[in-house]
Amino acid sequence: MTISERVSQLREQSLNTKPVLSSERAALMTEFYRMDSAPMSIPVRRAKAFQYLMEHKGICIMDGELIVGEKGPFPKATPTYPELCCHSLSDLEILDSREKIPFSVSPEARAAYQVNIIPFWQGNSLRDMIFSEMTSEWKAAYEAGIFTEFMEQRAPGHTVLDDKIYHKGFLEFRQDIQSALGRLDYLNDPRAYDRQQELKAMEICVDALIRFSHRHAQKARELADRETRPQRKAELERIVDICMHVPANPPRNFHEALQYYWFVHLGVTTELNTWDAFDPGRLDQHLYPFYRKGIDSGALTRDMAEELLQCFWIKFNNQPAPPKVGVTAAESGTYTDFAQINVGGMKPDGSDGVNDVSYLLLDVIEDMRLLQPSSSIQVSKKSPDRFIQRAARIIRTGFGQPSIFNADLIVQQLLRQGKTLDDARRGGSSGCVEVGAFGKESYNLTGYFNMPKVLEITLHNGIDPRTGQKIGIETGHPEQFAEFDNLFQAFVRQMNHFVDIKVRGNNVIERIYARYMPAPFLSLLIDDCIATGMDYHDGGARYNTTYIQGVGLGSMTDMMSAIRHHIYDRKTLSMTALLAALADNFSGQDRTRLMLLNKTPRYGNDDDDADNIMKSIFEAYFQAIDGRKNTKNGAYHINLLPTTCHVYFGSVTGATPDGRRAGEPLSEGISPVQGADRKGPTAVLKSAAKMDHVRTGGTLLNQKFTPQLLKTDTDLNRLVQLVRTYFKLDGHHIQFNVADAATLCAAQQHPEKYRDLIVRVAGYSDYFCDLSQALQEEIIARTEHSDF
Amino acid sequence: MIFDIKHFSIHDGPGIRTTVFLKGCPLSCWWCHNPESQRFFREKLYTVGRCIGCMECLAACPTHALSETEIGLFTDPEKCLRCGACSDVCLAEACEMAGRELTVNQVMDEIEKDRAFFDESGGGATFSGGEPLIQPDFLLALLKACKDCRIHTVVDTSGFSAWNVLDSIRHHVDIFLFDLKLMDDEKHRLFTGVSNRRILRNLQALSSGGHRVRIRIPIIPGITDDDDNVVAIGVFAAGLPTAPPIDLLPYHHFAAAKYERLARAYPFQDMRPPMADVMNRLAERLCSMGLAVHLERS
Repeated sequence: MTISERVSQLREQSLNTKPVLSSERAALMTEFYRMDSAPMSIPVRRAKAFQYLMEHKGICIMDGELIVGEKGPFPKATPTYPELCCHSLSDLEILDSREKIPFSVSPEARAAYQVNIIPFWQGNSLRDMIFSEMTSEWKAAYEAGIFTEFMEQRAPGHTVLDDKIYHKGFLEFRQDIQSALGRLDYLNDPRAYDRQQELKAMEICVDALIRFSHRHAQKARELADRETRPQRKAELERIVDICMHVPANPPRNFHEALQYYWFVHLGVTTELNTWDAFDPGRLDQHLYPFYRKGIDSGALTRDMAEELLQCFWIKFNNQPAPPKVGVTAAESGTYTDFAQINVGGMKPDGSDGVNDVSYLLLDVIEDMRLLQPSSSIQVSKKSPDRFIQRAARIIRTGFGQPSIFNADLIVQQLLRQGKTLDDARRGGSSGCVEVGAFGKESYNLTGYFNMPKVLEITLHNGIDPRTGQKIGIETGHPEQFAEFDNLFQAFVRQMNHFVDIKVRGNNVIERIYARYMPAPFLSLLIDDCIATGMDYHDGGARYNTTYIQGVGLGSMTDMMSAIRHHIYDRKTLSMTALLAALADNFSGQDRTRLMLLNKTPRYGNDDDDADNIMKSIFEAYFQAIDGRKNTKNGAYHINLLPTTCHVYFGSVTGATPDGRRAGEPLSEGISPVQGADRKGPTAVLKSAAKMDHVRTGGTLLNQKFTPQLLKTDTDLNRLVQLVRTYFKLDGHHIQFNVADAATLCAAQQHPEKYRDLIVRVAGYSDYFCDLSQALQEEIIARTEHSDF
Repeated sequence: MIFDIKHFSIHDGPGIRTTVFLKGCPLSCWWCHNPESQRFFREKLYTVGRCIGCMECLAACPTHALSETEIGLFTDPEKCLRCGACSDVCLAEACEMAGRELTVNQVMDEIEKDRAFFDESGGGATFSGGEPLIQPDFLLALLKACKDCRIHTVVDTSGFSAWNVLDSIRHHVDIFLFDLKLMDDEKHRLFTGVSNRRILRNLQALSSGGHRVRIRIPIIPGITDDDDNVVAIGVFAAGLPTAPPIDLLPYHHFAAAKYERLARAYPFQDMRPPMADVMNRLAERLCSMGLAVHLERS
C-alpha cells in the first residue's frame, strides 16, 4: 500500500527531529529523592519513584498519531538516569557539540543539571558505587581494554516480552500480586518480608502505569474537545477510549494490543535504562488473533492494520538510545537501542509460525525503512521459501534488515541451557543475536571480551606492551615455548585469569543492582517474579543467564594459525623476529607482514588447518565461561558478537601476528578477518559452521554482497538456498550488507547526499554517515562477495 | 591443468555450483573474458597495484627475465620459462601463476566441500574453460568421479572438438552449455580463429542423442549482435530434434584488467556492453520463433 499522508508526516518528523537530551526525568527523580525521606524499603522507594515519574512527566500526543506516548516530553527527547550515572557538564558539552551521534542540550537542561541534578547525584550514583567496589586488577584490565562492562551505566534488563499482555490486563496482574502476597509464609520463610516489599513495589507500579494511560486519555480528551477536524476528533475520541481500557484490561482489538504494548515499553524503559533491546518479541504471533478477528468481523482491513503498525514503528524510532556518561569526543556509539522484532519462526507446538501478519510486518519494514525497531526473520526448516524470499527482497534494497536467524537452532540452544521445550519455542533472538526465553528470562550481556588482547599479553608474559604495565599472570616467555601447544596453553591460562577477574566483578555488580536498583515494574512482567516475590535483578525470573561476549574470533584464529604455520611448522620466522616486528608495528618489515597476511591458512576459506584452530579457540573460550554460576541461581554462557566493540578493542591492541597493524579493527562476530576470505560465501559459511553454535547464546555472521549479485529472482533463490544450507549446518544467524564499495566511498565523501544510507553494522543497522571513520573504513573493507 | 575453481557460481547451470575452469582453448575469440584460460601452459599474471617493489623476484628468476621499470615489473617473454619462481617468492601476490596441475582427487575434494549447498539448491559441478574438451581424459575422469558421488554435472563448451571426445563424456553430463557465436563461417573463422562447421555438427549430434543442451550466445556489439546472426542461430536451434533454450550473454568489460595483468593487448579497449534495447530486441526475435530465451544480466 502507499504510505498515508499521516504516516508520511510522522515518519518525516521522526527522521528530521534532532535528538535532544531531556532533563525532565532527571529533574523529576531528583525532586522525588529530595522530598521522600520517609523510611521505606528500596523496592518500594524505587516503585514510588516510578510512580512519581508516571504521574508528573509531560504527556505528548502529536498531531495525527494513532499510537500515543513518548519516553521524553516529545519525540527524540531522550531521558537520562542520574541515579545510575550522572552526566557532568563536560559530558553535556561533548554530547551537544560532537560531530557524530550528537544530542543537543538546551540552556535550560544545562541549568537544571548545574543547579539541581549534578549537586544531588554526583558521587552518589550507582556507577560511583560500582567503580568504588571494583578491585585494582579489575580496573587495570578494564582500562587496558581486555573487557568492557555493560552494567556500569546501563541497568541489566536484557529481556523481551512474551504473549502475556495480550490476554491479561494490569488489573489481573494486580490480582496475581495480591494472591502472591496472600500466600506468603511469614512463619517458615525468612525472606517473606523481602518478598512482601517487592510485591508491594510491583503493585505500586501496576497502578502507576494505569494512571499513566489515563493521563493520556485525559490529554486526548482535551485535544478532542478543541479539535475542529471531524476525522481527527473521532480518532482522538478513540484514543480516549483505548487509553481508558488498556493496560488496565486485556486488549479488545489490534489497535489496543499495540497501544498496550507501547505503554509497557515506555514503563520498562522509563523505570531504568535497561541495556537494552526490550521489545515485543514474536509480534506477528501475538497480533495474529486480533488481526484475524478484526478482518473476519470487518472491523479491520489490512491497510488499517498496516497503518497502525507503521505508527508503531515510528514510535520506536522516536526513542534514541540514552546518551552515555564519561564520554570522550571520539566515542559516539549509536542512536539505536537494539529492539529486534522477531518475524516468523515456530509456534509453541513446533509448527510453522509464519502467518498473514508476518508478511504484513515485512511490508511495514520495507515501507518504513527506519533504524528502529530492528527486525529479524526466524527461519525454521518448516518456514516456506516464499517467506524468506520476501525478506530477501527487502535485504536486497541494501537496508541491512531484516537479519536472519535459525529458529530450530535457537530451540536447541535454549534447551541446552535448561529451558523447557515450550519456553524454548516461545523464545527467540533479541538485541544483536542473543537468545532468550521471552517473558521468562533475565539474560544479561555483561561485557565484551577482547581475545586478541589476551594473546598480546600472553606474548609479553603478562605485560600489556601498550602501557608497559603488568596486568596479567606470568605464563612464560614465548621464545621458550618449544611447541605451539605450549603457547596455546599459556593463552588459555591467561584467558582464564581475565575471565576470573571479569566474573568476580560481575558478581559484585549484579548484587549491587539486586540490592540498590531493583526493577519492580520490569519484574511484574517477567515470570516468575510475581510468583516468587523476587526482583528481576535478584533471581526472580524463571531463567537467569549472564553472558560474556567474545570478540575477535577470526583475528584470533589467523594469529594462532600464523604463529603455528610460520614459527613452529615451517620455521620461516622466529618468535623473536615476530615479536620484534610486532613491537615495530611492522615498520620496514613489509615482507614479514605480507607473509603473515598472505601465506597463512586463514579462517573463512573452509580450510581445516585454520578452522581447527578456530575450534580450539572456541572451545577454550567456552570452557573458560560456560556453566559458571551467576548470582541469580543461573549460569554464565557465551556468545560471539561485537556490536562495534571490535573497533574499540582493535584501537587498544598493538600489531598482531596475523599481519594486522596496531590500532586497526579486529574481526567482528564470527566473520573472517576483513579480506581474509578468498573463496566466496560458501567457504565462509562452511568455516563458520564448524564451531558448535548450539553451545552458544548467539553468534553473528556478517556477509557483504554487491547489489549485482542479487539482481534477479533466481539470484534471490540462491541467497535463500545459501541461508538454508548454513542453517542445515546449524549456523545461528546471518546478515547481509548489500551496498557496493563505490556507494559507500561516495557516502564517505558526500555524507550529505547519503543521509539515509543504512548499513548492517553488527547485529544492528545504522546510518552509514553516523559511523566513525574507522568503522566506515572497516565496512568498506569487508569482503565484497562478487559474482563469478 | 586447471586455472581456477570458483565456489558459489550461480550463473553456470542450475542451483549453487562449483565451477572448475580447465586451461587451454583451441579458439581465440577476440572478446575472450578469460584470457588466462586460452593457452595450454602456465602463465604469469602481474598485478602492479599489489607490488611493493621489494624485487625479491629479480633474484629468484633463474633466467633473469625480470627487470624493474618505472611502471613496475617487466617480464621478458623471450626469457621467461614460466617456472613460477617469481610467484613463489612474491608475498604480496603481485606475481601469480595461472594454471596448476591438480589430480582428479584434489579437484573432487574441492568440489565435495560444497556438497551441502548442492543438495539444498539442486546445484553441482560445472566444467568450463578454456575448453574443457581439450583435456578429454581428465574431464572424463572428473565427470565419472562426480557421477560416482551423485553430483550433478554441467559442461560449458565451445563445441569445438572431435566427436569421439564428446561421445565419450556425453553420458556423464547432465547439461551442456553450448556456446554458439556466429553462424557465418567466414566471420567465425575471423573472430574465433576456427570454422564453426564441426561445432554445429556436434550440436546437432548431441541434440539427436537426446542430451540436455542450452545454447549460449555472447552478444558482442558489432560482431554477434546483428539480427541476421541471431536469427540464423535461432533457425538452427529450432531445427534441432529438441529445440534447446537459448541464453543471451551480454558482453562485459571486466576482462580488461586481466589482459593488463597478462601483459597482453586487449583489442576491445573501447568496447561498451550492448544496450538493453538491443538485448531485448534480440530476445524477442528468438521468442517469436518459439524458442525459450533467457536474458543474462550484464
